[in-house]
Amino acid sequence: MRWPARRRGTPPPPRGAAALALASLASAATVLAGCSTGGPQSTLDSVGFGARRAEGLFWLMFWISMAVFVEVLAFLGWALLRRRRHTVRAGGGDATGFVVVLGVAIPAVILLPVYGRNLADLDALARPPGAPATTVELIGHQWWWEVRYPERPGAVTANEMHIPAGRTVRVLLRTADVQHSFWVPQLMPKTDLIAGKVNQTLLHADRPGTYRAQCAEYCGKQHAFMALVVTADPVDRFEAWLARAAAPAPAPTSQAEQRGRAVFEGGACASCHTVRGTTAHGTVGPDLTTIGSRWSIGAGAVPNDRGHLGGWVANSQTVKPGNYMPPQPVPASDLPDLLTYLQSLR
Amino acid sequence: MTVQTEPDQRRPEVAELEHAWHERPSLRTWLSTVDHKRIGRRYMVTAGVFFAIAGVDAIIMRTQLSRPNNGLVTPEEFNQLFTMHGTAMIFLFATPMFFGFGNFLVPLMVGARDMAFPRLNAFGYWVFLGAGSVMFISQFAGAAPDGGWFAYVPLTDRPYSPGRNLDVYALGLLFLGVSTTIGAINFIVTALKMRAPGMSLNRVPLFVWAMVGTSFMVVFALPALNLANAMLFLDRRFGTHFFDPTHGGNSLLWQHLFWVFGHPDVYIIVMPALGIVSSVLPGFCRRGVAAYPLMVLALVTIAIISFGVWVHHMFATGLPFLSYSFFSAASTLITIPSGIQIFAWLATMLRGRIIAGVPFLFAVGFIVNFVLGGFTGVMFAMTVFDQQVTDSYFVVAHFHYVLFGGAVFPLLAGVYYWLPKFTGRMFHNGLGKWAFWLVFIGFNTTFFPMHVSGLLGMPRRVYTYPTGLGWDPWNLLATIGAYVLALGLILVATGVVQAIRRGPAAPDDPWGADTLEWATSSPPRPYNFAVIPQVHSLHPVWDERSREAMATGDVLAGHRAVLTSELDGDREGPVEMPESSLLPFAAALGLLFVVLGLLWGQYWLAVLAAFAVFITLARWLWPPHRTPEEAGVAREGRAP
Repeated sequence: MRWPARRRGTPPPPRGAAALALASLASAATVLAGCSTGGPQSTLDSVGFGARRAEGLFWLMFWISMAVFVEVLAFLGWALLRRRRHTVRAGGGDATGFVVVLGVAIPAVILLPVYGRNLADLDALARPPGAPATTVELIGHQWWWEVRYPERPGAVTANEMHIPAGRTVRVLLRTADVQHSFWVPQLMPKTDLIAGKVNQTLLHADRPGTYRAQCAEYCGKQHAFMALVVTADPVDRFEAWLARAAAPAPAPTSQAEQRGRAVFEGGACASCHTVRGTTAHGTVGPDLTTIGSRWSIGAGAVPNDRGHLGGWVANSQTVKPGNYMPPQPVPASDLPDLLTYLQSLR
Repeated sequence: MTVQTEPDQRRPEVAELEHAWHERPSLRTWLSTVDHKRIGRRYMVTAGVFFAIAGVDAIIMRTQLSRPNNGLVTPEEFNQLFTMHGTAMIFLFATPMFFGFGNFLVPLMVGARDMAFPRLNAFGYWVFLGAGSVMFISQFAGAAPDGGWFAYVPLTDRPYSPGRNLDVYALGLLFLGVSTTIGAINFIVTALKMRAPGMSLNRVPLFVWAMVGTSFMVVFALPALNLANAMLFLDRRFGTHFFDPTHGGNSLLWQHLFWVFGHPDVYIIVMPALGIVSSVLPGFCRRGVAAYPLMVLALVTIAIISFGVWVHHMFATGLPFLSYSFFSAASTLITIPSGIQIFAWLATMLRGRIIAGVPFLFAVGFIVNFVLGGFTGVMFAMTVFDQQVTDSYFVVAHFHYVLFGGAVFPLLAGVYYWLPKFTGRMFHNGLGKWAFWLVFIGFNTTFFPMHVSGLLGMPRRVYTYPTGLGWDPWNLLATIGAYVLALGLILVATGVVQAIRRGPAAPDDPWGADTLEWATSSPPRPYNFAVIPQVHSLHPVWDERSREAMATGDVLAGHRAVLTSELDGDREGPVEMPESSLLPFAAALGLLFVVLGLLWGQYWLAVLAAFAVFITLARWLWPPHRTPEEAGVAREGRAP
């Protein structure tokens, strides 16, 4: 077959092509360097059986991908460098064998066992290291998490979940409004909270620690601040925490706390929030019985300290715009006592 | 090298042809034209403008995310930005841009004089312009959709999104769906009935195959999206509770309907891009794409399997194991046809004689990026890993490698490759090379770090993030990359404008390429080909017999085109082509008022406008005057 020749000067040297291949390899190296970094929400620092499966799958796929990438770059580099030789002529042939072997046969041989591994992993996620010892009920709200322990009536908290380390925990997931997603990257791949449906996931923290979680399904204005911390404690410490969390709030021990409680019960606070053991039974916002010991205010919006708490109570809209708590006109004289009381709720 | 295939312009038949197809420049002909080349260019320019606006959205987002706890935009603004960025890039840029390429190129590549339904084609453009304008104007009015491009219920239902924002989304996409659907039907019929004689199915250029594959996917996938949006609008406006579980509805129904459309849509966007790569390579490798039958098979296979993978977008919703394992298998399988194409392109390069050029650079850049996007694609087929990184920045990285790396890179290759044909001007080579390197480096610097931030647990669609989670440097790097990328894209635009204003006149066939669009003038005359080509091979411009047939054939006179048979491309005879008309514009304008009436809740306006559309369509479809024979008048003297 005769190929039409193009009359033109000699083709420019292929510096560009070589640079392209180099840039690609450099970017691959970047990811390797980057992945050595852990983090409180890193999928590459797994502590639970589910996350470990996902991490193993990732590294398997990563190395296969790198091998195939090098193969593709090699062919590409060969094709591009080959044209340096001016004598090169376009050849005929359909290269069907080349395409079938490299594009169909080899990928199929690689993908089949990978798919098998995927099925095994999927199955493994339903088989925790031990039978579930505890059940936690997690309810998503715009934009906070309600955490209940059905086996211990009264144990209700928000934006934090305590679990026993080394034990399997069943988590029932439902939503009070829109769709959310529960994702503790270090422990377990995510499961969505879907309106009209109760989903379930299993957590198992191999060792004690705190593991950050964050809503992973876009749920509106403050999707960015809907975080949760999972604290895995040794079993005895967990049981102690659970007993404390299930108990009513401790009685005020100082005059300031007493006045603070009166402000809480008498003001607008009680219409939306519950503090067990008081007359405050609101159910719109989070249960505040243990607010003093929580890791943050506003599901990760700000740290839980006196200054931020005061700012939140006065006008949470400046802290987390769009959240459903309106600004509270608490008189300046009442605010310090109210804060003292809230901080005493541990 | 210029292929002399056009008959001498002075021949009287050609002069008559010029007259029959001439459009006098005026506002009226501007609104009434049905020329596929003008319509194609309009699609491309309009989609290009939408790309720029949605790109500015992205730059604002990247600036906001450059450091933790940044306050450049409010949460509301950010949510509108990412929703409009996604919605516009998918619906108002990618598909219309490729439809623009298809509009301009499909008739030329198959040797036809226009699309099969030229008026419908004009109507499709005006509807697209109307739908796009409504959606973008809503952004400037601060009422843009803010429920994400996927608009999951219940967030997008009235209780949680009471504004007009989501009405704009549902109605805008329904309106646009009209345009996309009729565009797709037009491509299918054009490719099946308007091919030049001799162009049997095994001689159809791969870009045309790709447009047909995409069009079939549109025809089958889009109804699911239209249905979902109609139900969403009814839920929001009239309380029908289709998606409301508290009243017997089902919120997962939306996700199924959306992704039954949404996953094929990825291929609807990428497939024409793959076709562009297959068009660009022959000219720069001096041989046809290797393994043509396998390439066609790959396109057809993708078009079919793409309908069986949608649940991999829902791997975290708690569906049964069996469902996961099936959709995971299909999602794994679909990588094979893409692999076929990658290795066929590599084989083409290996067996060809490569000549450098800006379009070729973009095609090579595409291969590198698309392969990387493919790897992460297989990772997402793996259920457990998918559950881990879905809705994180890892998935943002993945689909930008597929959609920017896999679709925009070929698109830019196509812009440089066909600019001579679109405009009749050559671009500045140096400017093009600079643009390529900035785009390639900028793209990878923007999106590669997102793999890492995703693996480190950064979720998508957050307007800001706290420090201390290890995400800060990756976000800063991505933002720097975004600015480099923007600079590169500005250079592309500059190159196009420079070529149009000051570029040297383009020869008919600057690349010595193989397909029929290079066998006519740059830009083509309104009738495309004076002599309807007789095609003897897959590479007609490289093949002596086809070229000779074009040089010596008879001019097809009049405002006519040729119909051929679907499979073998046998000549069936000439057909009169529709004249330009204002009716498509009028019908689209009417439809715009139907949408605006529904949007504002002024239902009387919607009803009036619908009636106007009906009248316009009736006028459009009014049967022509029939001769007595056609009408069936009995001959005199036969009466008993």
